[in-house]
Amino acid sequence: MTPHIELKDVRKSFGPKQVLRGLSIAVNKGRSLVVIGGSGTGKSVMLKCILGIIRPDSGEINVGGESVVGLRGTERDQLLLRFGMLFQGSALFDSLSVWENVAFGLTHGRGVARSAARDVAIDKLAQVGLTSDVGALYPAELSGGMQKRVALARAIAADPEIIFFDEPTTGLDPIMADVINNLIVDCVKRLGATTISITHDMASARKIADDIAMIHRGEIIWQGEANQVNRSGNAYVDQFIHGRAEGPIQMDVLRP
Amino acid sequence: MLQKPDAAASWNIAAHLGRAILNLLREIGLVTLFLKDMLAQGLTPTFYPRQIADQMLKIGYNSLPVVGLTAFFTGGALALQIYLGSSRFNAESLVASIVALGITRELGPVLAGLMVAGRVGAAIAAELGTMKVTEQIDALVTLATNPFKYLAAPRLIAAVITMPILVAIGDTIGIMGGYIVGTRSLGFNEYAYLKNTADFLKLDDFTSGLIKAAVFGFIIAVMGCYHGFNSRGGAQGVGRATTNAVVSSAILILAANFALTSLLFGD
Ligand SMILES: Nc1ncnc2c1ncn2[C@@H]1O[C@H](COP(=O)(O)OP(=O)(O)O)[C@@H](O)[C@H]1O
Ligand SMILES: [Mg+2]
Repeated sequence: MTPHIELKDVRKSFGPKQVLRGLSIAVNKGRSLVVIGGSGTGKSVMLKCILGIIRPDSGEINVGGESVVGLRGTERDQLLLRFGMLFQGSALFDSLSVWENVAFGLTHGRGVARSAARDVAIDKLAQVGLTSDVGALYPAELSGGMQKRVALARAIAADPEIIFFDEPTTGLDPIMADVINNLIVDCVKRLGATTISITHDMASARKIADDIAMIHRGEIIWQGEANQVNRSGNAYVDQFIHGRAEGPIQMDVLRP
Repeated sequence: MLQKPDAAASWNIAAHLGRAILNLLREIGLVTLFLKDMLAQGLTPTFYPRQIADQMLKIGYNSLPVVGLTAFFTGGALALQIYLGSSRFNAESLVASIVALGITRELGPVLAGLMVAGRVGAAIAAELGTMKVTEQIDALVTLATNPFKYLAAPRLIAAVITMPILVAIGDTIGIMGGYIVGTRSLGFNEYAYLKNTADFLKLDDFTSGLIKAAVFGFIIAVMGCYHGFNSRGGAQGVGRATTNAVVSSAILILAANFALTSLLFGD
Protein backbone atom coordinates (compact mmCIF):
# COMPACT_ATOMS: atom_id res chain seq x y z
CA MET A 1 0.00 0.00 0.00
CA THR A 2 1.43 3.39 -0.96
CA PRO A 3 1.36 5.85 1.91
CA HIS A 4 -1.21 8.65 1.68
CA ILE A 5 1.46 11.24 2.40
CA GLU A 6 5.15 10.58 1.94
CA LEU A 7 8.19 12.84 2.34
CA LYS A 8 11.59 11.59 1.21
CA ASP A 9 14.82 13.35 2.12
CA VAL A 10 13.24 16.82 2.12
CA ARG A 11 15.68 19.67 2.65
CA LYS A 12 15.03 23.36 3.16
CA SER A 13 17.31 26.22 4.18
CA PHE A 14 16.53 29.87 4.74
CA GLY A 15 19.75 31.65 3.83
CA PRO A 16 22.54 29.95 5.78
CA LYS A 17 20.06 28.37 8.20
CA GLN A 18 19.29 24.72 7.49
CA VAL A 19 15.80 24.00 8.79
CA LEU A 20 14.90 20.63 7.22
CA ARG A 21 17.93 18.37 6.84
CA GLY A 22 16.77 15.33 4.95
CA LEU A 23 13.38 14.78 6.56
CA SER A 24 11.59 11.54 5.61
CA ILE A 25 8.22 10.43 6.90
CA ALA A 26 5.16 8.52 5.70
CA VAL A 27 1.53 8.42 6.83
CA ASN A 28 -0.93 5.76 5.73
CA LYS A 29 -4.51 6.52 4.75
CA GLY A 30 -6.85 7.13 7.66
CA ARG A 31 -4.05 7.25 10.25
CA SER A 32 -3.39 10.03 12.71
CA LEU A 33 0.27 10.93 12.97
CA VAL A 34 1.47 13.26 15.69
CA VAL A 35 4.83 14.97 15.21
CA ILE A 36 6.48 16.09 18.44
CA GLY A 37 9.59 18.18 18.81
CA GLY A 38 10.99 21.37 20.28
CA SER A 39 10.27 24.89 19.12
CA GLY A 40 12.00 25.99 15.95
CA THR A 41 12.88 22.46 14.81
CA GLY A 42 11.04 22.87 11.50
CA LYS A 43 7.62 21.35 12.25
CA SER A 44 5.57 24.13 10.70
CA VAL A 45 7.97 24.40 7.78
CA MET A 46 7.41 20.68 7.10
CA LEU A 47 3.63 21.16 6.85
CA LYS A 48 4.06 24.24 4.66
CA CYS A 49 6.29 22.26 2.31
CA ILE A 50 3.58 19.63 1.87
CA LEU A 51 0.99 22.37 1.20
CA GLY A 52 3.30 24.08 -1.27
CA ILE A 53 3.40 27.33 0.72
CA ILE A 54 7.15 26.82 1.07
CA ARG A 55 9.09 25.15 -1.72
CA PRO A 56 11.68 22.62 -0.50
CA ASP A 57 15.23 22.91 -1.86
CA SER A 58 15.32 19.20 -2.63
CA GLY A 59 13.55 15.94 -1.86
CA GLU A 60 10.30 14.28 -2.80
CA ILE A 61 6.80 14.92 -1.49
CA ASN A 62 4.02 12.58 -2.63
CA VAL A 63 0.32 12.75 -1.85
CA GLY A 64 -1.66 9.68 -2.87
CA GLY A 65 1.43 8.44 -4.71
CA GLU A 66 1.76 11.57 -6.86
CA SER A 67 4.47 14.17 -6.62
CA VAL A 68 3.18 17.57 -5.48
CA VAL A 69 6.35 19.68 -5.42
CA GLY A 70 6.12 22.77 -7.61
CA LEU A 71 2.47 22.36 -8.68
CA ARG A 72 0.92 25.58 -10.01
CA GLY A 73 -2.40 27.08 -10.96
CA THR A 74 -5.45 24.81 -11.15
CA GLU A 75 -3.48 21.64 -10.43
CA ARG A 76 -2.33 23.17 -7.20
CA ASP A 77 -5.80 24.41 -6.23
CA GLN A 78 -7.18 20.95 -7.04
CA LEU A 79 -4.67 19.43 -4.64
CA LEU A 80 -5.34 21.99 -1.92
CA LEU A 81 -9.06 21.25 -2.06
CA ARG A 82 -8.20 17.85 -0.56
CA PHE A 83 -6.58 19.48 2.50
CA GLY A 84 -7.74 21.22 5.62
CA MET A 85 -5.29 23.11 7.79
CA LEU A 86 -5.53 24.46 11.32
CA PHE A 87 -2.82 27.12 11.70
CA GLN A 88 -0.74 27.61 14.81
CA GLY A 89 -2.15 31.10 15.41
CA SER A 90 -5.62 30.21 14.06
CA ALA A 91 -5.07 32.64 11.12
CA LEU A 92 -8.74 33.58 10.92
CA PHE A 93 -9.55 36.35 8.43
CA ASP A 94 -10.28 39.30 10.67
CA SER A 95 -12.20 41.20 8.00
CA LEU A 96 -14.79 38.41 7.74
CA SER A 97 -17.39 37.21 10.22
CA VAL A 98 -17.02 33.83 11.90
CA TRP A 99 -19.41 31.99 9.58
CA GLU A 100 -17.81 33.57 6.51
CA ASN A 101 -14.46 32.31 7.78
CA VAL A 102 -15.77 28.79 8.23
CA ALA A 103 -17.51 28.86 4.84
CA PHE A 104 -14.59 30.44 2.98
CA GLY A 105 -13.28 27.23 1.43
CA LEU A 106 -16.78 26.46 0.17
CA THR A 107 -17.75 29.89 -1.15
CA HIS A 108 -14.36 30.74 -2.68
CA GLY A 109 -12.46 27.51 -3.30
CA ARG A 110 -15.45 25.45 -4.43
CA GLY A 111 -18.01 27.94 -5.70
CA VAL A 112 -20.81 26.93 -3.29
CA ALA A 113 -23.60 29.53 -3.00
CA ARG A 114 -23.42 31.73 0.09
CA SER A 115 -26.73 30.61 1.59
CA ALA A 116 -25.88 26.90 1.26
CA ALA A 117 -22.36 27.51 2.57
CA ARG A 118 -23.79 29.36 5.52
CA ASP A 119 -25.87 26.35 6.53
CA VAL A 120 -22.80 24.12 6.35
CA ALA A 121 -20.82 26.66 8.40
CA ILE A 122 -23.47 26.81 11.12
CA ASP A 123 -23.53 23.01 11.19
CA LYS A 124 -19.72 22.81 11.51
CA LEU A 125 -19.76 25.46 14.23
CA ALA A 126 -22.27 23.29 16.12
CA GLN A 127 -19.89 20.33 15.76
CA VAL A 128 -17.19 22.29 17.57
CA GLY A 129 -19.65 23.39 20.24
CA LEU A 130 -20.41 26.92 19.07
CA THR A 131 -23.94 28.26 18.66
CA SER A 132 -25.18 29.92 15.49
CA ASP A 133 -25.13 33.42 17.01
CA VAL A 134 -21.34 33.14 17.26
CA GLY A 135 -21.38 32.95 13.46
CA ALA A 136 -22.24 36.63 13.17
CA LEU A 137 -19.35 37.78 15.40
CA TYR A 138 -15.90 38.78 14.17
CA PRO A 139 -12.73 36.86 15.15
CA ALA A 140 -11.40 39.75 17.26
CA GLU A 141 -14.47 39.41 19.49
CA LEU A 142 -13.63 35.80 20.43
CA SER A 143 -11.36 34.32 23.12
CA GLY A 144 -8.32 32.29 22.10
CA GLY A 145 -10.10 29.00 22.75
CA MET A 146 -13.11 30.01 20.67
CA GLN A 147 -10.83 31.18 17.84
CA LYS A 148 -9.17 27.74 17.86
CA ARG A 149 -12.59 26.11 17.60
CA VAL A 150 -13.58 28.35 14.71
CA ALA A 151 -10.28 27.57 13.00
CA LEU A 152 -11.00 23.87 13.55
CA ALA A 153 -14.46 24.29 12.04
CA ARG A 154 -12.89 26.04 9.04
CA ALA A 155 -10.35 23.24 8.61
CA ILE A 156 -13.04 20.54 8.52
CA ALA A 157 -15.73 22.58 6.71
CA ALA A 158 -15.25 20.97 3.30
CA ASP A 159 -14.82 17.42 4.65
CA PRO A 160 -11.20 17.18 3.49
CA GLU A 161 -9.42 13.82 3.16
CA ILE A 162 -6.24 15.17 4.80
CA ILE A 163 -6.11 17.54 7.77
CA PHE A 164 -3.10 19.21 9.39
CA PHE A 165 -3.27 20.55 12.92
CA ASP A 166 -0.38 22.86 13.83
CA GLU A 167 -0.14 23.12 17.62
CA PRO A 168 -3.90 22.99 18.17
CA THR A 169 -3.66 23.25 21.97
CA THR A 170 -0.73 25.61 22.47
CA GLY A 171 -1.68 28.61 24.57
CA LEU A 172 -4.94 27.12 25.84
CA ASP A 173 -5.77 26.18 29.42
CA PRO A 174 -5.64 22.40 30.08
CA ILE A 175 -9.42 21.99 30.05
CA MET A 176 -9.91 23.86 26.80
CA ALA A 177 -6.95 21.93 25.40
CA ASP A 178 -8.70 18.68 26.21
CA VAL A 179 -11.93 19.96 24.65
CA ILE A 180 -9.99 20.67 21.45
CA ASN A 181 -8.33 17.23 21.61
CA ASN A 182 -11.73 15.56 21.86
CA LEU A 183 -13.06 17.63 18.98
CA ILE A 184 -10.10 16.62 16.83
CA VAL A 185 -10.58 12.95 17.64
CA ASP A 186 -14.33 13.22 16.92
CA CYS A 187 -13.91 15.10 13.67
CA VAL A 188 -11.23 12.80 12.39
CA LYS A 189 -13.26 9.70 13.23
CA ARG A 190 -16.32 11.13 11.53
CA LEU A 191 -14.41 12.08 8.38
CA GLY A 192 -12.02 9.14 8.32
CA ALA A 193 -9.36 11.64 7.34
CA THR A 194 -5.60 11.19 7.31
CA THR A 195 -4.08 13.68 9.73
CA ILE A 196 -0.75 15.11 10.75
CA SER A 197 -0.79 17.00 14.04
CA ILE A 198 2.04 18.97 15.51
CA THR A 199 2.35 19.48 19.20
CA HIS A 200 4.70 19.65 22.11
CA ASP A 201 1.88 18.82 24.48
CA MET A 202 2.29 15.11 25.35
CA ALA A 203 -1.23 14.81 26.80
CA SER A 204 -2.56 15.98 23.45
CA ALA A 205 -0.22 13.68 21.53
CA ARG A 206 -1.30 10.59 23.48
CA LYS A 207 -4.93 11.45 22.97
CA ILE A 208 -5.00 12.04 19.24
CA ALA A 209 -2.15 9.90 17.88
CA ASP A 210 -2.18 6.51 16.18
CA ASP A 211 1.50 7.03 15.43
CA ILE A 212 4.06 9.41 16.89
CA ALA A 213 7.19 10.76 15.24
CA MET A 214 9.81 12.95 16.81
CA ILE A 215 11.56 15.70 14.86
CA HIS A 216 14.88 17.10 16.01
CA ARG A 217 17.02 19.59 14.10
CA GLY A 218 15.07 19.07 10.89
CA GLU A 219 15.11 15.27 10.84
CA ILE A 220 12.77 12.54 12.04
CA ILE A 221 14.76 10.74 14.71
CA TRP A 222 12.11 8.30 15.89
CA GLN A 223 8.76 7.04 14.64
CA GLY A 224 6.49 4.40 16.13
CA GLU A 225 3.00 3.53 17.32
CA ALA A 226 1.61 5.85 19.97
CA ASN A 227 1.65 3.20 22.70
CA GLN A 228 5.35 2.55 22.05
CA VAL A 229 6.41 6.09 22.88
CA ASN A 230 7.16 5.27 26.52
CA ARG A 231 9.35 2.35 25.46
CA SER A 232 11.07 4.00 22.53
CA GLY A 233 14.56 3.31 23.84
CA ASN A 234 15.48 6.66 22.32
CA ALA A 235 17.18 9.10 24.68
CA TYR A 236 15.89 12.12 22.76
CA VAL A 237 12.28 10.93 22.91
CA ASP A 238 12.62 10.10 26.60
CA GLN A 239 13.99 13.51 27.38
CA PHE A 240 11.20 15.20 25.42
CA ILE A 241 8.23 13.26 26.77
CA HIS A 242 9.41 13.68 30.33
CA GLY A 243 10.29 17.33 29.80
CA ARG A 244 13.78 17.18 31.25
CA ALA A 245 16.31 19.96 30.86
CA GLU A 246 19.17 17.42 30.99
CA GLY A 247 19.72 15.03 28.14
CA PRO A 248 21.00 14.79 24.58
CA ILE A 249 18.80 17.68 23.38
CA GLN A 250 20.71 20.83 24.21
CA MET A 251 18.59 23.96 24.12
CA ASP A 252 20.45 26.89 22.62
CA VAL A 253 19.58 29.00 25.61
CA LEU A 254 22.65 31.13 25.53
CA ARG A 255 23.03 31.45 21.79
CA PRO A 256 20.57 33.73 20.02
CA MET B 1 46.90 60.17 13.31
CA LEU B 2 44.12 62.62 12.78
CA GLN B 3 43.60 61.52 9.23
CA LYS B 4 42.89 57.94 10.11
CA PRO B 5 39.25 58.32 11.15
CA ASP B 6 38.64 60.54 8.12
CA ALA B 7 40.00 57.93 5.76
CA ALA B 8 37.92 55.30 7.46
CA ALA B 9 34.85 57.51 7.23
CA SER B 10 35.24 58.17 3.53
CA TRP B 11 35.80 54.48 2.91
CA ASN B 12 32.64 53.83 4.87
CA ILE B 13 30.72 56.30 2.74
CA ALA B 14 31.84 54.53 -0.41
CA ALA B 15 30.91 51.17 1.09
CA HIS B 16 27.54 52.48 2.22
CA LEU B 17 26.85 53.99 -1.16
CA GLY B 18 27.82 50.76 -2.90
CA ARG B 19 25.59 48.74 -0.62
CA ALA B 20 22.72 51.17 -1.05
CA ILE B 21 22.97 50.95 -4.83
CA LEU B 22 23.12 47.15 -4.74
CA ASN B 23 20.08 47.08 -2.45
CA LEU B 24 18.21 49.43 -4.74
CA LEU B 25 18.93 47.27 -7.79
CA ARG B 26 17.91 44.16 -5.88
CA GLU B 27 14.68 45.83 -4.80
CA ILE B 28 13.91 46.90 -8.38
CA GLY B 29 14.39 43.30 -9.51
CA LEU B 30 12.11 41.97 -6.75
CA VAL B 31 9.39 44.54 -7.47
CA THR B 32 9.54 43.67 -11.17
CA LEU B 33 9.10 39.96 -10.42
CA PHE B 34 6.27 40.75 -8.02
CA LEU B 35 4.59 42.95 -10.62
CA LYS B 36 4.81 40.16 -13.19
CA ASP B 37 3.05 37.74 -10.80
CA MET B 38 0.54 40.36 -9.76
CA LEU B 39 -0.50 41.10 -13.34
CA ALA B 40 -0.29 37.54 -14.70
CA GLN B 41 -2.15 35.94 -11.78
CA GLY B 42 -4.25 38.84 -10.56
CA LEU B 43 -5.69 40.08 -13.83
CA THR B 44 -6.78 36.71 -15.21
CA PRO B 45 -10.04 35.00 -14.16
CA THR B 46 -11.28 34.50 -11.41
CA PHE B 47 -12.34 38.00 -10.29
CA TYR B 48 -13.94 38.90 -6.98
CA PRO B 49 -16.53 41.67 -7.58
CA ARG B 50 -17.41 41.99 -3.89
CA GLN B 51 -13.77 42.63 -3.05
CA ILE B 52 -13.40 45.13 -5.89
CA ALA B 53 -16.50 47.06 -4.79
CA ASP B 54 -15.31 47.02 -1.18
CA GLN B 55 -11.90 48.40 -2.16
CA MET B 56 -13.44 51.09 -4.40
CA LEU B 57 -15.29 52.30 -1.35
CA LYS B 58 -12.20 52.17 0.89
CA ILE B 59 -9.70 53.59 -1.58
CA GLY B 60 -11.86 56.00 -3.53
CA TYR B 61 -14.87 57.15 -1.57
CA ASN B 62 -13.13 57.35 1.79
CA SER B 63 -10.30 59.44 0.29
CA LEU B 64 -12.68 62.12 -0.95
CA PRO B 65 -12.48 64.42 2.10
CA VAL B 66 -8.67 64.40 2.16
CA VAL B 67 -8.33 64.97 -1.57
CA GLY B 68 -11.08 67.61 -1.61
CA LEU B 69 -9.58 69.62 1.27
CA THR B 70 -6.08 69.43 -0.18
CA ALA B 71 -7.31 70.65 -3.56
CA PHE B 72 -9.41 73.44 -2.09
CA PHE B 73 -6.61 74.98 -0.05
CA THR B 74 -4.07 74.51 -2.83
CA GLY B 75 -6.32 76.30 -5.33
CA GLY B 76 -6.83 79.13 -2.86
CA ALA B 77 -3.14 79.49 -2.01
CA LEU B 78 -2.22 79.38 -5.67
CA ALA B 79 -4.65 82.21 -6.47
CA LEU B 80 -3.22 84.37 -3.68
CA GLN B 81 0.37 83.68 -4.64
CA ILE B 82 -0.12 84.48 -8.32
CA TYR B 83 -2.02 87.63 -7.47
CA LEU B 84 0.82 88.86 -5.27
CA GLY B 85 3.39 88.08 -7.95
CA SER B 86 1.63 89.65 -10.93
CA SER B 87 1.04 93.25 -11.87
CA ARG B 88 -2.26 94.70 -10.87
CA PHE B 89 -3.55 95.12 -14.34
CA ASN B 90 -3.35 91.64 -15.84
CA ALA B 91 -3.87 89.81 -12.54
CA GLU B 92 -7.43 88.87 -13.23
CA SER B 93 -6.82 86.74 -16.31
CA LEU B 94 -3.49 85.40 -15.05
CA VAL B 95 -4.84 84.11 -11.73
CA ALA B 96 -7.73 82.25 -13.30
CA SER B 97 -5.65 80.64 -16.02
CA ILE B 98 -2.68 79.62 -13.88
CA VAL B 99 -4.90 78.18 -11.18
CA ALA B 100 -6.77 76.15 -13.79
CA LEU B 101 -3.65 74.88 -15.55
CA GLY B 102 -1.60 74.36 -12.39
CA ILE B 103 -4.33 72.37 -10.71
CA THR B 104 -5.39 70.17 -13.61
CA ARG B 105 -1.95 69.45 -15.03
CA GLU B 106 0.27 69.14 -11.97
CA LEU B 107 -0.93 69.94 -8.50
CA GLY B 108 -4.26 68.15 -8.64
CA PRO B 109 -2.94 64.71 -9.58
CA VAL B 110 0.37 64.98 -7.68
CA LEU B 111 -1.11 66.19 -4.39
CA ALA B 112 -3.98 63.72 -4.60
CA GLY B 113 -1.44 60.99 -5.40
CA LEU B 114 0.69 61.88 -2.39
CA MET B 115 -2.28 62.15 -0.06
CA VAL B 116 -3.73 58.84 -1.24
CA ALA B 117 -0.28 57.23 -0.99
CA GLY B 118 -0.20 58.29 2.66
CA ARG B 119 -3.74 57.17 3.37
CA VAL B 120 -4.34 54.17 1.16
CA GLY B 121 -0.80 52.93 0.44
CA ALA B 122 -0.16 52.75 4.17
CA ALA B 123 -3.48 51.04 4.83
CA ILE B 124 -2.89 48.42 2.12
CA ALA B 125 0.61 47.63 3.36
CA ALA B 126 -0.52 47.48 6.99
CA GLU B 127 -3.52 45.27 6.29
CA LEU B 128 -1.75 42.84 3.96
CA GLY B 129 1.36 42.90 6.17
CA THR B 130 -0.70 41.92 9.20
CA MET B 131 -2.39 39.19 7.16
CA LYS B 132 1.04 37.95 6.14
CA VAL B 133 2.61 37.80 9.59
CA THR B 134 -0.51 36.23 11.14
CA GLU B 135 -0.49 33.55 8.40
CA GLN B 136 -3.85 34.69 7.01
CA ILE B 137 -2.30 34.80 3.53
CA ASP B 138 -1.05 31.21 3.95
CA ALA B 139 -4.53 30.27 5.15
CA LEU B 140 -5.99 31.81 1.99
CA VAL B 141 -3.70 29.64 -0.12
CA THR B 142 -4.71 26.47 1.71
CA LEU B 143 -8.35 27.38 1.03
CA ALA B 144 -7.48 27.21 -2.69
CA THR B 145 -7.72 30.98 -3.17
CA ASN B 146 -4.95 32.88 -4.93
CA PRO B 147 -3.88 35.92 -2.83
CA PHE B 148 -2.98 37.83 -5.99
CA LYS B 149 -6.53 37.42 -7.25
CA TYR B 150 -8.34 37.83 -3.95
CA LEU B 151 -6.22 40.53 -2.27
CA ALA B 152 -3.93 42.30 -4.75
CA ALA B 153 -6.07 42.55 -7.89
CA PRO B 154 -9.12 44.19 -6.24
CA ARG B 155 -6.87 46.85 -4.71
CA LEU B 156 -5.09 47.45 -8.01
CA ILE B 157 -8.29 47.66 -10.03
CA ALA B 158 -9.98 49.90 -7.47
CA ALA B 159 -7.00 52.26 -7.23
CA VAL B 160 -6.59 52.62 -11.00
CA ILE B 161 -10.31 53.31 -11.50
CA THR B 162 -10.96 55.57 -8.52
CA MET B 163 -7.84 57.76 -8.63
CA PRO B 164 -8.88 59.55 -11.87
CA ILE B 165 -12.38 60.07 -10.46
CA LEU B 166 -10.89 61.46 -7.24
CA VAL B 167 -8.62 63.77 -9.21
CA ALA B 168 -11.47 64.96 -11.44
CA ILE B 169 -13.42 65.91 -8.34
CA GLY B 170 -10.29 67.38 -6.75
CA ASP B 171 -9.59 69.49 -9.86
CA THR B 172 -13.08 70.94 -9.72
CA ILE B 173 -12.78 71.72 -6.02
CA GLY B 174 -9.31 73.21 -6.52
CA ILE B 175 -10.55 75.56 -9.22
CA MET B 176 -13.44 76.45 -6.93
CA GLY B 177 -10.90 77.28 -4.22
CA GLY B 178 -9.14 79.68 -6.58
CA TYR B 179 -12.48 81.14 -7.63
CA ILE B 180 -13.60 81.76 -4.06
CA VAL B 181 -10.32 83.45 -3.08
CA GLY B 182 -10.29 85.41 -6.34
CA THR B 183 -13.84 86.70 -6.11
CA ARG B 184 -14.26 87.01 -2.33
CA SER B 185 -10.92 88.36 -1.18
CA LEU B 186 -9.20 89.68 -4.31
CA GLY B 187 -12.31 91.35 -5.64
CA PHE B 188 -12.34 89.79 -9.13
CA ASN B 189 -15.46 89.78 -11.21
CA GLU B 190 -17.21 86.44 -10.87
CA TYR B 191 -18.27 86.08 -14.48
CA ALA B 192 -14.87 87.14 -15.83
CA TYR B 193 -13.08 84.66 -13.60
CA LEU B 194 -15.14 81.75 -14.82
CA LYS B 195 -14.86 82.89 -18.43
CA ASN B 196 -11.06 83.15 -18.14
CA THR B 197 -10.92 79.69 -16.64
CA ALA B 198 -13.08 78.23 -19.39
CA ASP B 199 -11.13 80.01 -22.13
CA PHE B 200 -7.76 78.79 -20.97
CA LEU B 201 -8.58 75.26 -19.95
CA LYS B 202 -8.48 72.68 -22.71
CA LEU B 203 -9.73 69.16 -22.47
CA ASP B 204 -6.13 67.92 -22.83
CA ASP B 205 -5.11 69.65 -19.60
CA PHE B 206 -7.81 67.82 -17.78
CA THR B 207 -7.27 64.38 -19.35
CA SER B 208 -3.49 64.52 -18.94
CA GLY B 209 -4.08 64.92 -15.22
CA LEU B 210 -6.45 61.96 -15.19
CA ILE B 211 -3.91 59.77 -17.01
CA LYS B 212 -1.37 60.71 -14.38
CA ALA B 213 -3.90 59.88 -11.68
CA ALA B 214 -4.44 56.36 -13.06
CA VAL B 215 -0.67 55.78 -13.14
CA PHE B 216 -0.33 57.05 -9.56
CA GLY B 217 -3.15 54.74 -8.47
CA PHE B 218 -1.27 51.85 -10.05
CA ILE B 219 1.93 52.81 -8.22
CA ILE B 220 0.17 53.13 -4.86
CA ALA B 221 -1.56 49.75 -5.14
CA VAL B 222 1.53 47.89 -6.38
CA MET B 223 3.84 49.31 -3.71
CA GLY B 224 1.26 48.74 -0.96
CA CYS B 225 0.74 45.12 -2.00
CA TYR B 226 4.44 44.45 -2.56
CA HIS B 227 5.50 45.71 0.85
CA GLY B 228 2.51 44.09 2.55
CA PHE B 229 3.02 40.66 0.98
CA ASN B 230 6.74 40.73 1.76
CA SER B 231 6.59 41.91 5.34
CA ARG B 232 7.91 39.59 8.02
CA GLY B 233 8.78 39.71 11.67
CA GLY B 234 5.68 40.73 13.63
CA ALA B 235 4.44 44.22 14.41
CA GLN B 236 7.81 45.80 13.72
CA GLY B 237 7.91 44.25 10.26
CA VAL B 238 4.43 45.53 9.49
CA GLY B 239 5.48 49.02 10.59
CA ARG B 240 8.51 48.88 8.32
CA ALA B 241 6.37 47.67 5.41
CA THR B 242 3.94 50.55 5.93
CA THR B 243 6.68 53.19 5.97
CA ASN B 244 8.39 51.68 2.93
CA ALA B 245 5.13 51.54 0.99
CA VAL B 246 4.42 55.23 1.59
CA VAL B 247 7.96 56.46 0.96
CA SER B 248 8.52 54.37 -2.16
CA SER B 249 5.17 55.26 -3.71
CA ALA B 250 5.69 58.97 -2.97
CA ILE B 251 9.08 58.94 -4.68
CA LEU B 252 7.78 56.91 -7.61
CA ILE B 253 4.80 59.24 -7.99
CA LEU B 254 7.06 62.30 -8.19
CA ALA B 255 9.39 60.57 -10.65
CA ALA B 256 6.53 59.27 -12.77
CA ASN B 257 4.97 62.73 -12.75
CA PHE B 258 8.14 64.20 -14.20
CA ALA B 259 8.30 61.48 -16.84
CA LEU B 260 4.63 61.86 -17.73
CA THR B 261 4.85 65.65 -17.91
CA SER B 262 7.71 65.46 -20.38
CA LEU B 263 5.90 62.74 -22.31
CA LEU B 264 2.49 64.43 -22.41
CA PHE B 265 3.53 68.07 -22.82
CA GLY B 266 7.03 67.97 -24.31
CA ASP B 267 6.98 68.23 -28.10
N1 LIG C 1 9.57 32.00 5.75
C1 LIG C 1 10.66 31.86 6.53
N2 LIG C 1 11.77 32.60 6.30
C2 LIG C 1 12.86 32.45 7.08
N3 LIG C 1 12.96 31.61 8.11
C3 LIG C 1 11.90 30.85 8.40
C4 LIG C 1 10.69 30.93 7.63
N4 LIG C 1 9.80 30.05 8.15
C5 LIG C 1 10.43 29.45 9.19
N5 LIG C 1 11.68 29.92 9.35
C6 LIG C 1 12.65 29.47 10.36
O1 LIG C 1 12.69 28.07 10.37
C7 LIG C 1 12.82 27.58 11.69
C8 LIG C 1 11.77 26.53 11.94
O2 LIG C 1 10.52 27.17 11.97
P1 LIG C 1 9.16 26.41 12.30
O3 LIG C 1 8.99 25.28 11.37
O4 LIG C 1 8.10 27.44 12.30
O5 LIG C 1 9.41 25.88 13.78
P2 LIG C 1 8.44 24.99 14.67
O6 LIG C 1 9.06 23.65 14.71
O7 LIG C 1 8.43 25.64 16.01
O8 LIG C 1 7.09 25.00 14.00
C9 LIG C 1 12.73 28.76 12.61
O9 LIG C 1 14.00 29.05 13.11
C10 LIG C 1 12.21 29.89 11.76
O10 LIG C 1 12.81 31.09 12.14
MG1 LIG D 1 5.40 25.92 14.41
